Amino acid sequence: MSETVTGTVPEHTIVNPETKIIEIDSHALNFGPQHPAAHGVLRLILEMDGEVVDRADPHVGLLHRGTEKLMEYRTYLQNTPYFDRLDYVSPMAQEQCYVMAIEKLLGIAVPERAEWIRTLFAEITRILNHLLNITSFALDVGATTPSLWGYEVREQLMEFYEAASGARMHANYIRPGGVNRDLPAGLEERMLAWCDTFPTFVDDMEGLLTGNRIWKQRTVDIGVVTAEEALNWGFSGPNLRASGVPWDLRRAQPYSKYSEVEFDIPVARHGDCYDRYLVRVQEMRESLKIIRQCLAKMKPGPVRIADNKFTPPKRGEMKRSMEALIHHFKLFTEGFHVPAGTTYTAVESPKGEFGVYLVADGTNKPYRCKIRPTGFAHLQAMDKMAKGHMLADAVSIIGSIDLVFGEIDR
Amino acid sequence: MADTPDTAAAEAPVPAPLTPFEVLAAEAAALPRVLSSKVDVGEIEIRTDRDSLLGLMTVLKDDPRFAFEQVMDICGVDWPANPERFEVVYNLLSVSLNHRIRVIVTTDGVAPVPSVSHLWAVATWWEREAWDLFGIPFSGQPDLRRILTDYGFVGHPMRKDFPLTGYTEVRYDEERKQVVYEPVKLVQDFRRFDFISPWEGMTNLPGDEKAHREG
Repeated sequence: MSETVTGTVPEHTIVNPETKIIEIDSHALNFGPQHPAAHGVLRLILEMDGEVVDRADPHVGLLHRGTEKLMEYRTYLQNTPYFDRLDYVSPMAQEQCYVMAIEKLLGIAVPERAEWIRTLFAEITRILNHLLNITSFALDVGATTPSLWGYEVREQLMEFYEAASGARMHANYIRPGGVNRDLPAGLEERMLAWCDTFPTFVDDMEGLLTGNRIWKQRTVDIGVVTAEEALNWGFSGPNLRASGVPWDLRRAQPYSKYSEVEFDIPVARHGDCYDRYLVRVQEMRESLKIIRQCLAKMKPGPVRIADNKFTPPKRGEMKRSMEALIHHFKLFTEGFHVPAGTTYTAVESPKGEFGVYLVADGTNKPYRCKIRPTGFAHLQAMDKMAKGHMLADAVSIIGSIDLVFGEIDR
Repeated sequence: MADTPDTAAAEAPVPAPLTPFEVLAAEAAALPRVLSSKVDVGEIEIRTDRDSLLGLMTVLKDDPRFAFEQVMDICGVDWPANPERFEVVYNLLSVSLNHRIRVIVTTDGVAPVPSVSHLWAVATWWEREAWDLFGIPFSGQPDLRRILTDYGFVGHPMRKDFPLTGYTEVRYDEERKQVVYEPVKLVQDFRRFDFISPWEGMTNLPGDEKAHREG
């Protein structure tokens, strides 16, 4: 080893006789599971060649809670809260996917207003997710301010979550047949007022990062993924679009009200960490457009179907009608039965394609529910992306592919 | 493979112009080595056997009529009553043509399913997951380690005969100052309610043999 190193350094360059030639040993580095830049409980075994990553072997499953197994023992309605707890940064997007799968098998259509509310909250969720991702990515790279600012805006959005569902994060708001309840009075006006303040925040945050020299040094040309590689490695969402593939389920296979709103799909070209960041920033601006359109186009009306076999009757009705009481009791003990069938339903969650493969056998519990996490595929490409980069770049890559382990480990 | 489009076109009914979805469903069903196909809730599902899987997948990926560039998900499903109890489900997506298909093969848990990881790099982790949770072996998969369960875990937890509570539990032992593994002790049995209506569920009442008699 020392011979080869001496061979690369010509004799005349060694001016100081005390310069030592040290053997660079390849060694394994245990990154995580408790590491501030691991975004949760990622254990990454890095085989290093000096400071260069030779091989990255992610060990996942440290947050495995057996969600899929648990779901087989609970009714369809009892299972929705599990979806908030998968990717806890974008709860409602996943609820929506699961609920859409159930509705597909039940063959029920959802009222207009409920679809608008779902679209509205899906986009609020997108901003919520991207805010946390971008700012914590910046924090990993060494910029503290974006994260401090971002949390304030995130908190404002979580207040909307709370106003609608009663919970800041684990909403359990989207239900089969619609949403749990209508938006409280005044919330739409508050959201509109918030829409006016948000662009200023994005501009400020971009002012800190987009043109920042250090930020660019740490992200440009790091973890480059070509379009072909991205497809081969199962990328989806912003990570796929950053590699130049113009693919968005909201446009390609529209669900809820996405066919009735206008928005652009930002696509980048280089597929590096910087492009993944840019795509997310631009997506937040597009989400804002959709939120405004949802608020403008939403009309008063029912927010869930009237069929009490699937949605609970009104509280007041329950006090007077025996039938309503029975329906309520049956729905929250036995739950509804879903006819036998299978579906793979996917939505464009903020992180990419979130899918649910649901096998129903005609009973009140799912026979099998496979959750297709987005980050699982992205993390797998870690080895490919990090190879040949410095250790510090591995941190940038982890930050840029937007990992949440609640979802990856299930 | 070269003559398949012609035979598919010959068999397909001509009168009404077909939607791209119907064309895809017909073409996929007409592929050689497809055992059965169905269209349900707007999704195409085809079944094949283990030996034909690789050939079929290669066609689905490389044939320009299908062009499934992405395998979005691979998962197992356990049907203990079936002779080959495990289904391996591949959900494919074509980004260029904007369509999806589902391919299903079965295995008994001993006969390995050929790995598709050389077709789609992402398949490695999905296959590791199916191996970990169901014990479905994949041949030609160089990295078939467990992925989601604990280091040193025994058993395959998503199998229907694996209890929800598992067999071991983990706690921190203050005296030994380390994490210890112990058999699960439950103070109360896990309750699983039977929701089948008494009118449908009880089939062995006296005299029922007359009601259920064949013919």
